Amino acid sequence: MTVPLDLPDSARRAKPEAGLAGMGGTIQGRSLGQIAWLRLRRDRVALAGGLVILVLVLVAIFAPLVVRLLGHPPTEFHEDLIDPSLQVARGPRGGISWDFLFGLEPVNGRDLFSRVVYGARISLLIAFLATLLSMAIGTTMGIVAGYFGGWIDTVISRLMDLFLAFPLLLFAIALVGVIPDHGFGLSGNTLRVAMLVVIIGFFGWPYIGRIIRGQTLSLREREFVDAARSLGARSPYIIVRELLPNLVAPILVYTTLLIPTNVLFEAALSFLGVGVQPPTPTWGGMLSEASRLYTIAPNFMIFPGLAIFVTVLAFNLLGDGLRDALDPRAR
Amino acid sequence: MIVFIIRRLVGAVLLLFVVSAVTFSIFFVVPRLAGATAEDLASRYVGKTADEQQVRQMADKLGFHDPLVVQYGRFAKGIVAGADYDYGPAAEHCPAPCFGYSFLTQAPVWPDLLDRLPVTASLAAGASAIWLLAGVATGVISALRRGSIFDRAAMGVALAGVSLPIFFTGLLALGIFSYTLGVTAPGSSYTALAEDPAQWAYDLILPWITIAFLYAAGYARLTSSGMLETMSEDFIRTARAKGLPERTVVLKHGLRATLTPIVTIFGLDVGLLLGGAILTESTFSLNGIGRYAILAIGANDLPKVMGVTMVAAFFIVLANLVVDILYAVVDPRVRLT
Repeated sequence: MTVPLDLPDSARRAKPEAGLAGMGGTIQGRSLGQIAWLRLRRDRVALAGGLVILVLVLVAIFAPLVVRLLGHPPTEFHEDLIDPSLQVARGPRGGISWDFLFGLEPVNGRDLFSRVVYGARISLLIAFLATLLSMAIGTTMGIVAGYFGGWIDTVISRLMDLFLAFPLLLFAIALVGVIPDHGFGLSGNTLRVAMLVVIIGFFGWPYIGRIIRGQTLSLREREFVDAARSLGARSPYIIVRELLPNLVAPILVYTTLLIPTNVLFEAALSFLGVGVQPPTPTWGGMLSEASRLYTIAPNFMIFPGLAIFVTVLAFNLLGDGLRDALDPRAR
Repeated sequence: MIVFIIRRLVGAVLLLFVVSAVTFSIFFVVPRLAGATAEDLASRYVGKTADEQQVRQMADKLGFHDPLVVQYGRFAKGIVAGADYDYGPAAEHCPAPCFGYSFLTQAPVWPDLLDRLPVTASLAAGASAIWLLAGVATGVISALRRGSIFDRAAMGVALAGVSLPIFFTGLLALGIFSYTLGVTAPGSSYTALAEDPAQWAYDLILPWITIAFLYAAGYARLTSSGMLETMSEDFIRTARAKGLPERTVVLKHGLRATLTPIVTIFGLDVGLLLGGAILTESTFSLNGIGRYAILAIGANDLPKVMGVTMVAAFFIVLANLVVDILYAVVDPRVRLT
């Protein structure tokens, strides 16, 4: 890997030719993490993505506060503001005002802004937890397959091929459909969320597993692994202490890139009515209701849709930026 | 070559068995793990008014008390050779690809699927043609004019394309082109191709473009990065050195080498889409097999969902097989492995 030396803030001090000529000036050593951070800091697009994510996460965590300051409770009806003959909000633009920032939901007049804000909670919670699960399974399977090779590799690789070539959405829908309302000692929306996390997370691991396997395959042949082995290190030690630290970069990058996929997956399941059930607001669920009403209340469709788009785009931008920063060879 | 094809065929059949086992477990094993009893499963097959006695009889009749292996055997046999049912008023034979009967209408699932397959197939055919052309063309131009405004705009649109959920772009498209401008069909209508080709295309053009937009984005990114890599290969330099016109170099030498991995992904994507464009069909209210499955889930009509799942998996396995064989035709090195 080549280290760019033309970083603007330190270029003068780190000129290698100046050092060679004996004209003073020191060459600073930088860790891989520092180099990546410097590259990322110059990538304005990725930083913007990161900032949007930060805001989204804060909004999701402090949703009750945000809604108290800027909106109305998400399940409060405002039927007095709905035109009884048209079933939509009185006034222009679907009732958008300082009081209702995104306007009102048709029919029962719930505050669209606070529903979108609360929707961020479900969306991000499920996407994060599911991604964590995928990452854990994917990393374990990938390292094991890549490190041990042989029949273990064959079995795990076939398994990953199988998963990658499956009608996942259909399987997920079927799974959600057959699981009873009470099970595993949980019930209601807690069970739903847990189930969605497990299903989405379980179907996502091959994406990470395949990449980690490939990286492990090449790392396994490197000298430092040979050195550790010749010093008598056992496989678990080599995997955890030698291989894993070298895999942090790809794990970080592809975890970030899996989150938006999972946001879309959760939204799709909610859109199809098999996600978290109403009256809990979800972006996909709102779009599903809006699909019958978009002609009379376009704002009901546009805001949840934009919320999904912005979230997914932000994670994609940050993920792409991280990839460029951590592994400039991968384009 | 024949040995290769036979080996792949055997592999595909094995894969189908795995898929059927997974499907079986989703519908009959997972609910049991979640705590449902054999009677709970059987209660779906009888009316809501049935008493415990009837439910227990049904569970016995359907063999929900048998070991799982026996149950799976019966399930697989039904698909391969057909099955004889004797629940309900009379015994009935369910012919070869038997996915059972609908809980609600008591109609067999397979003919229903056959009815809806043309819609899904038309959707997949039109959309895939559009996204392949648009995606590859965009990718090639982007790679050749790297860093130009076209490249940056195209890659920007591609990034937006993969970040937009299809049920949002679909609704936006419907709102703009059908409702406001009135230039396309408002969804929920389908005309058979044989009946009226123009009407067929008019009904489907909006869903086609919506799907194509999502996929074309990925294909453009893929083609562009593949093309960039290929164009720096030695054989391109050789082709240029021979004095070939740039057009031939790009289209015949560069694009051909770039296309091989894209053809693979294309095959798999089309296979996946044939198994039901669930989201698109739901957004545009088209009665393909994806929407069939979703409506069935809503009504808890599991045999239908099971049928769609198996058909979808079949198409994916078939697509894999076709892609593998095509690949071996294009690239003889593959046959050795």
